[in-house]
Amino acid sequence: MDIVYRVRGQDRRALRDVSFSIARGESYGLVGESGSGKSTVALALVRYLPRNGRVSAGTISINGQDPLSLGKSALRELRARTVSMVYQEPGRALNPSMRVGRQIAEVFEIAGVSAQEATQSAEDMLRKVQISDPGRVMRRYPHELSGGMAQRAVIAMALASSPSLLILDEPTTALDATVEAEVLDLVAALRQEFDTSVLFISHNLAVIAKMCDRVGVLYAGELVEQGPARRVFEDPRHPYTVGLLRCIPRRGQRKDTDRLDTIPGFLPAPGHNLTGCVFAPRCALAADRCRESPPPFFEVGELRTSRCFFHDRAPELPRATPASIGALRAQGTGEPLVVVDELSKTFAGGIRALADVALTVHQGETLGLVGESGSGKTTLARVLLGLTGPDPGSVVTLAGTPLSPDARRRPRDTLRALQIVFQNPDSALNRRHTVRSLISRPLTRLARLSGPALQERLEDLIASVRLEDRHLALRPGQLSGGLKQRVAIARAFAGRPDVVVCDEPTSALDVSVQAAILNLLADLQKAERVSYLFISHDLGLVRYLSDRIVVLYLGRVMEVGPAEAVFAGPHHPYTEALFSAVPTLDGERPERIRLQGEIPSAADPPSGCVFHTRCPRRLSTGVCESTEPPLLEGEPGHLTRCHIPLAELRIIQRKESAPSQGGSQ
Amino acid sequence: MTDLSADPGGAEGLEPAGLEAAGVDPAGLGPGGSLAPVGTVAVAAPTLRAQTRWRLLLRRPTFLVGAGILLFWVVCALFGHAFAPDNPLAQQLLSANTAPSASHWFGTDGLGRDVLSRIIVGARDILVITPLATVLGTILGTALGLAMGYLGGAVDLIAGRIVEAVLALPAVIIAFLFIVALGPSTWTLVIVIGLIFTPLIARTVRAAVLTERNLDYLSAARLLGEKPGRIMFREILPNVMPAILVEFTVRLGYAVFAVATLSFLGFGVQPPTPDWGSDIAANYSGLLSGYWWQTLFPALAIASLVTAVNLITDSIEQVLNA
Repeated sequence: MDIVYRVRGQDRRALRDVSFSIARGESYGLVGESGSGKSTVALALVRYLPRNGRVSAGTISINGQDPLSLGKSALRELRARTVSMVYQEPGRALNPSMRVGRQIAEVFEIAGVSAQEATQSAEDMLRKVQISDPGRVMRRYPHELSGGMAQRAVIAMALASSPSLLILDEPTTALDATVEAEVLDLVAALRQEFDTSVLFISHNLAVIAKMCDRVGVLYAGELVEQGPARRVFEDPRHPYTVGLLRCIPRRGQRKDTDRLDTIPGFLPAPGHNLTGCVFAPRCALAADRCRESPPPFFEVGELRTSRCFFHDRAPELPRATPASIGALRAQGTGEPLVVVDELSKTFAGGIRALADVALTVHQGETLGLVGESGSGKTTLARVLLGLTGPDPGSVVTLAGTPLSPDARRRPRDTLRALQIVFQNPDSALNRRHTVRSLISRPLTRLARLSGPALQERLEDLIASVRLEDRHLALRPGQLSGGLKQRVAIARAFAGRPDVVVCDEPTSALDVSVQAAILNLLADLQKAERVSYLFISHDLGLVRYLSDRIVVLYLGRVMEVGPAEAVFAGPHHPYTEALFSAVPTLDGERPERIRLQGEIPSAADPPSGCVFHTRCPRRLSTGVCESTEPPLLEGEPGHLTRCHIPLAELRIIQRKESAPSQGGSQ
Repeated sequence: MTDLSADPGGAEGLEPAGLEAAGVDPAGLGPGGSLAPVGTVAVAAPTLRAQTRWRLLLRRPTFLVGAGILLFWVVCALFGHAFAPDNPLAQQLLSANTAPSASHWFGTDGLGRDVLSRIIVGARDILVITPLATVLGTILGTALGLAMGYLGGAVDLIAGRIVEAVLALPAVIIAFLFIVALGPSTWTLVIVIGLIFTPLIARTVRAAVLTERNLDYLSAARLLGEKPGRIMFREILPNVMPAILVEFTVRLGYAVFAVATLSFLGFGVQPPTPDWGSDIAANYSGLLSGYWWQTLFPALAIASLVTAVNLITDSIEQVLNA
């Protein structure tokens, strides 16, 4: 199948010669970075391509029907009965002005059921997607549901027509880890029950590995490798797949020992006219042959194909970056730099975003901050920076000096010392300013440089974040996501800061770009002896980069400790659940703890231990419901907020993971 | 006045709408959401530059028609005296109230003055007052709107109530007050109309600022210790320029109306200076006697100018949204 988009009178090829088949009841994963054409595939299947897109060659067959040749009513029939789609953002897939129950019932009514029966069926369907109180949810409007709940309702709607093909386009990308785990489990269970074929589209390799029988790797509109999911990820046979997998921090990798590999170069622009292999310009194995003619599919094992002349050599793909840089290992014993104590923040409406948080960032260390949405991670960062004022009584000091709660009242040197790299560079960089002015302004303001000295430092700075001179005249809109984030990093480092808050700095980026940014952060830390407060929901990243870790839940510190100790366990029951919720590429974890229900509201936190409503290890004595446990030091430097002592948690958790070799090493 | 759309600040300050905004989705990221990885392609989606916008604008027939009419009136305002068939002030009482004919295409008024010449020369005052008043209102309104939107709190509350109070009064009443106090003159009109527009423009600018306010680049600027003034005018202003540009052109149309209305009511350009509004006022009683040309042609002149400005406004708005 080929798809072209017509842009400004020219055809641009978005997909080239993509073919795959999904058997009944099978789950097929499409994985690729942004711009690879994943969603285009999904749209083409139901003929939803935008007006300027068309399928220029090839066929689509769903249950023997070709949506491309169907008439209007037959096409509607196909969309209504045979294929269903679940999108990334449940909030946008539901009609905001219609009650949830009505929306689901409508699907049944279209199938020709009476209104009353439809309502009943909708309720049953909601029960099937594990909504415990379907009657109540049905009377709600979409905005009254949490993300996880809404996505379940969307899945219920998608399954209402008992489709033979269910297309899931990044269905959990917008959800929290523990909620994602539940939704993924749900999809897996429903697939069994309904015997539906699933096309699962994601950029997250681990999610695909967990959910899919077979996987296709899409690069620049071409399927470069295909095969059983586990086999492909364990033994990739295309240099792109190999490179992609190397970009992801794996268990046991740390910034000081293993440098992440990256994929050099950039994705070719849509509509490129490469004669040979699409990946050749970025491939270290590429030879003349690769640039001259496109490689055909090679059989590389049972049911596996790879579109590479050198598929047998792919695993030996030379690294694009040196394997080790010997990053400075912070001993965690540097001087305490930022000390936070009794930090609380209450927003209007009694929402307690942070409650008595205490933490210390030492010089030269990376403190990882982990937690789901609503845990207060970002609020904590904003309070540190002086963008949000904490409640009275909170203590925030930098090198022993108390900090003003308002950045506007902080002296220049304090501003210099504390900087941030925001999550979304599109929002963080003024789109009207050039890169030059974005970077020179902090040099003027914070480093008090001007004239030739400024110019010199500017050149150093852009070199250290690997930008080039030609980028200086551009505006953010003309840069790729990765380059924009480099500009943001350069801005943060302009004044030679002591602490840089990294608020999900790579969550808006593709995997291969993310690796390069992580390497850059590690390099800068080594060169500048800077401390990081690294905020992320991606545990793999936090583990790779952090020396110590703080786990937040509902604005409270649940666990603090050295990174390895927190990951290896024993851990707080919440940390344990968080770890077990995240799919990894390193094989299934044996212990599968699933949290029930949603994260409670910070406006009305549960009594006693705030985690007790979802805790799988809640004590039967009732102490968890009545009293909040203190943060206790169970091992040197390793604190947990739990009524069960760390030593006891060790015994319980070891016992449960004993049968298999799992857990973390 | 056609240079409005070529204003380098304004045109450069356009939203960097990529292909996606043009209804094109080359990456096939259709239903992608906020968490979807953003443009990894080095050759990021080309942004619509000022030049491109210009070309798009010039391709719109509505813009060309509007600009053509406007240009005609600008030429009249600048060189009207040179090519007007008659002296617009010369009274020829013998040929008063003559209907349109070969010698007087648009007829003559009650004092025997050539209507066509009065219309041509009468373009001057309205074309001087309107843009100046609109520029004044835009500058004041932008400053006020930026302060209300960015500073928020008490500033927004107090200024907001004042703006509402002013908006609640009929604009004509406010204008009368000022004109009576200052005495009618070209400059009074500029100031009065500018001040009347200020709260309206401030409200639009405030709304545009509010959408910018939560973006992280403002936090970043605060972390560099930037002062509020700089944040408002150097950081936010360029980003709200498109909204201001549209508001400016919309107000320009209203300003034409306002000047004509005030002149008609006798508070604007004073006789015997030729002016469309005051000419209508001076002659509309003649309608009863059947001297329709004395009123119709100045009215058509006003209508054509308003239409021209609105055609241009629409085109600019659509190109900005493209």
